[in-house]
Amino acid sequence: MNLLPYAIYVSFAGAALSLIAGMRSATLARWTALLTAVASWGITLYAACGFTPSSEVLTLIDIPWVSQLGIHYHLAADGISLTLLVLTGLAATAGILFSWNIEERTGEFFAFYLALIGGVYGVFLSADAFLFFVFYEIAIVPKYFLIANWGSTNREYGAMKLALYSFAGSALVLAGLLWIYATGHAEGFGLGQLAQAAVTITHGQQVAIFALIFTGFAVLAGMFPFHTWAPTGHVAAPTGASMLLAGVVMKLGAYGCLRVAMPLLPAGLEFWQPVIAWLAVAGIVYAGLVALVQQDFKFVIGYSSVSHMGFVLLGLAAANPAAVAGAVLQMFSHGVIAGLLFAVVGRMVYERTHTRQLEHLRRLPLHRLMPFAAVVFVIAGLASMGMPGFSGFPAELTILSGTWQVSKVWALVAAVGVLVAAAFTLRAIQVAFFGSTDEATDVTTHPHLMAPVTWPERTGAILLLGATLLIGLKPDLLLNWIVPSLQSPLMQAVWHGGVR
Amino acid sequence: MSSFSLLTSIVSIPWLGALMLASMPRAHVKIVRVLALLYSLSTLALGLVAWANFNPAATGFQFTEQHAWIGVLNVSYHLGLDGLSLILVLLTGLVAPAALLASWKVERDPRLFCILFLFLQGAALGVFLALDFFPWFIFWELSLVPAFFLIKLWGGPDATRAAYQFVIYTIGGSAFMLLAFAALFAATRTFDFVALAAAAQSGGLATKISARALTAIFLGVLLGLAVKVPLFPFHTWLPSAYAEAPTGASMFLTGIMSKMGVYGFLRILWPLFPAQLHAAAPVLIVLALAGVVLGAFAAMAQTDLKRMVAYSSINHVSYCLLALFAVAGAGAAHAAASGAALSGALLQMFNHGLSASALFFCIGIIESRSGGKRGLNDFGGLRTAAPMFAGLCGIAMFSSLGLPGLNGFVGEFLIFRGVFGLVPWAAAVGTLALFATAYFLLTFWQRVFHGPQGPGVASFRDLSGLEILTLAPALVLMFVLGVWPQLLVSIFNPLVTAWAAHLP
Repeated sequence: MNLLPYAIYVSFAGAALSLIAGMRSATLARWTALLTAVASWGITLYAACGFTPSSEVLTLIDIPWVSQLGIHYHLAADGISLTLLVLTGLAATAGILFSWNIEERTGEFFAFYLALIGGVYGVFLSADAFLFFVFYEIAIVPKYFLIANWGSTNREYGAMKLALYSFAGSALVLAGLLWIYATGHAEGFGLGQLAQAAVTITHGQQVAIFALIFTGFAVLAGMFPFHTWAPTGHVAAPTGASMLLAGVVMKLGAYGCLRVAMPLLPAGLEFWQPVIAWLAVAGIVYAGLVALVQQDFKFVIGYSSVSHMGFVLLGLAAANPAAVAGAVLQMFSHGVIAGLLFAVVGRMVYERTHTRQLEHLRRLPLHRLMPFAAVVFVIAGLASMGMPGFSGFPAELTILSGTWQVSKVWALVAAVGVLVAAAFTLRAIQVAFFGSTDEATDVTTHPHLMAPVTWPERTGAILLLGATLLIGLKPDLLLNWIVPSLQSPLMQAVWHGGVR
Repeated sequence: MSSFSLLTSIVSIPWLGALMLASMPRAHVKIVRVLALLYSLSTLALGLVAWANFNPAATGFQFTEQHAWIGVLNVSYHLGLDGLSLILVLLTGLVAPAALLASWKVERDPRLFCILFLFLQGAALGVFLALDFFPWFIFWELSLVPAFFLIKLWGGPDATRAAYQFVIYTIGGSAFMLLAFAALFAATRTFDFVALAAAAQSGGLATKISARALTAIFLGVLLGLAVKVPLFPFHTWLPSAYAEAPTGASMFLTGIMSKMGVYGFLRILWPLFPAQLHAAAPVLIVLALAGVVLGAFAAMAQTDLKRMVAYSSINHVSYCLLALFAVAGAGAAHAAASGAALSGALLQMFNHGLSASALFFCIGIIESRSGGKRGLNDFGGLRTAAPMFAGLCGIAMFSSLGLPGLNGFVGEFLIFRGVFGLVPWAAAVGTLALFATAYFLLTFWQRVFHGPQGPGVASFRDLSGLEILTLAPALVLMFVLGVWPQLLVSIFNPLVTAWAAHLP
């Protein structure tokens, strides 16, 4: 476990090395980036092997940083952070494999990419709210550059919108944290210290602060109606960045809600619970319906991400251990599946056909032109629909089961969302890959589609498919980490803070 | 049998076959077909092994396998077999290889066809054997995937829409069933059918869950199963799905997949929610009766032979549900009538599997020989051109019609005998459907096989050896079960007696 902080350092070092390597050759930069991502993923997996699930949050390092303000460089981990760290390593590795064909300023691309990853690792390890916030901001900046420089459709617009939403969200978070710190006379920015300070504040203020912090984080998690950055951002981003954006960056928001907003201000959660839950189920259904009528293939996946993150938010809002465990599992599951879907659409299909319009794709017999992409997309689509046997199913099952204990209506509307997800996923599979029954067209009439599947694509797809299948069949692997961590002292506040 | 996991083998061998075929992309088409057939036949062989070692006197589950799987969700890999499962495994063992033989001439990517088919077969068997909701639902949902692609890729001109509609309807039902089980889990911390049924028997469910919530959960499960069977008015996906599917898939859909829904009613809905089913029975009886009567009359109005048989499937499967609902509604006072109705329902499941898949096979033959024509009025005089075909198809039709001496009669007779003792008016209305069925099947027979030869009929080839081989097992069983239904009844009779005796 003590090695975990090195996942952060290795990523930042790798970012610098990629930049230097990129000056010599693109290939060198790629390999540097890949080895860095694999190394940091390896660190998380090594830590996972030695991890004994418990209700403790293990402090990895804790040294004073800005002692006047009580700010510490405090990194800690438990089963929840470990789940997301492993996801980050996996998504980063797969994302680099699917960015193998970046030819333009390759070194810079991977430098931004790894800096983003380093920031994400940092967020998942921070136990000090200020540090958390610093890493959170570090993760936002590279996102902007990745999209603005290497993006496609409307990239300036998408990048700007995403950055503005993110910054607005983090401003809310910062305001909320400072409010607790000042009003509650906290000794420091440690999450535990802030929680103790928060209980001394009046109920009304707790409710208001919760709204600030939760909304700030939920923006990044794609909560309806603050989700609009997500589809445009995803669509504009280059494939590897879309994968990270959907795979881990949206999880940062949900993680912030879970780790900061909820345990610090359980009274606020109790007050806002119905609102959050209704927004979550509205997001599930609304984004699903919007995905059903999209003409751009990548927009379908973009909206599907919003819909699936709605399940995460619903699980958090239900605020009982069963639903929250499901929400964390769904974070992992969606990270893997969304990454896979974006990889197929952005890298495998778009880079070969140069169109993402379903109208154009339906005229091509893609299932015969690119059978590998078709098979991967069908399996990923099934996983995304919540097909049992894949990771989305146990996650949705536990979320629904936990939510039912709180409100039957929310659970019922969410179940409708499952149906909508099936509808838009099948439509996408159907139109994009099996739309044409044209038997005459084959690879010889579309030579540009002949570009064979490269080994990085194959490896990345197999990694992600393996992960969703493994967790689908053995969700215990993660649930055994997650469930004990939900009994940590801070999380106890959520269950017993007067919340239903 | 402890060292040898019989039930796991039954489920997994078709899937292993699918994997094996998937890993040999360059294999010769003939080898692929023969291998697929052998893997498919494994179900029949292992089903017979199970039958030989089956203790018909016991009413509990046999050959059970249970292994802890997901600790946090209290899920176990739990398989078991009783008389109901056994007849459905045997039916799958008969219908699936026949459906593969019927697809012998599939030209378009036969390897993928066989892979999907074996995948479908394994999933269906899993549904009949799994006793924990988690694995059961994996099989239940995964069966949709191969079915979707079999219809879509090898189906008729409107197959895409039909496949999409079929899957969306079924998933629509399943989503609510999923929610229902999530809710049950929230209260009971278990997904195990046996444990849940025991809790329902002892009143434990009712103490843990409020009556209103339990009713909502019941409705969720009901919806999921009703779409699958289908129960009127959730049947609208069926005619186009069956009609557009390629012959082999139609055979499997009607023979096996429609039984998955009925099986769910018997295995899940009834044991878990006896009180709710009892309360809902008057409405459900009307719906089942609507399926029986309207299905038959709708079949009468069809001019497409495949749609005609599809509607008649709604009619036949609705008999099974009518029997179940009548029993559930009547309560324990009428053990004899209940036993008869339930025995009839189980027999009807098996009989319909044989006769409907045989009829779809015959229509497939007509369609392939006539270049895609399958209208009621497109033919005439086939009997003189293909006497063997006419004879064998006639047997299947008369079995479906319920002619005494053939298998269909016994099941329907028992259902009517039982339902008449429980809900007389429903039985009386149901007889209307018997007339309608007789009318449309005889019309089919007359227009297609009798009269002057229609255009192109003279060159109609009679059955090949392979086709006779495909039909023969089902036809022989139609006679055998017609005169000796005891063969099957002995498998499930103690079970049915126990069910009828323990009615709430």
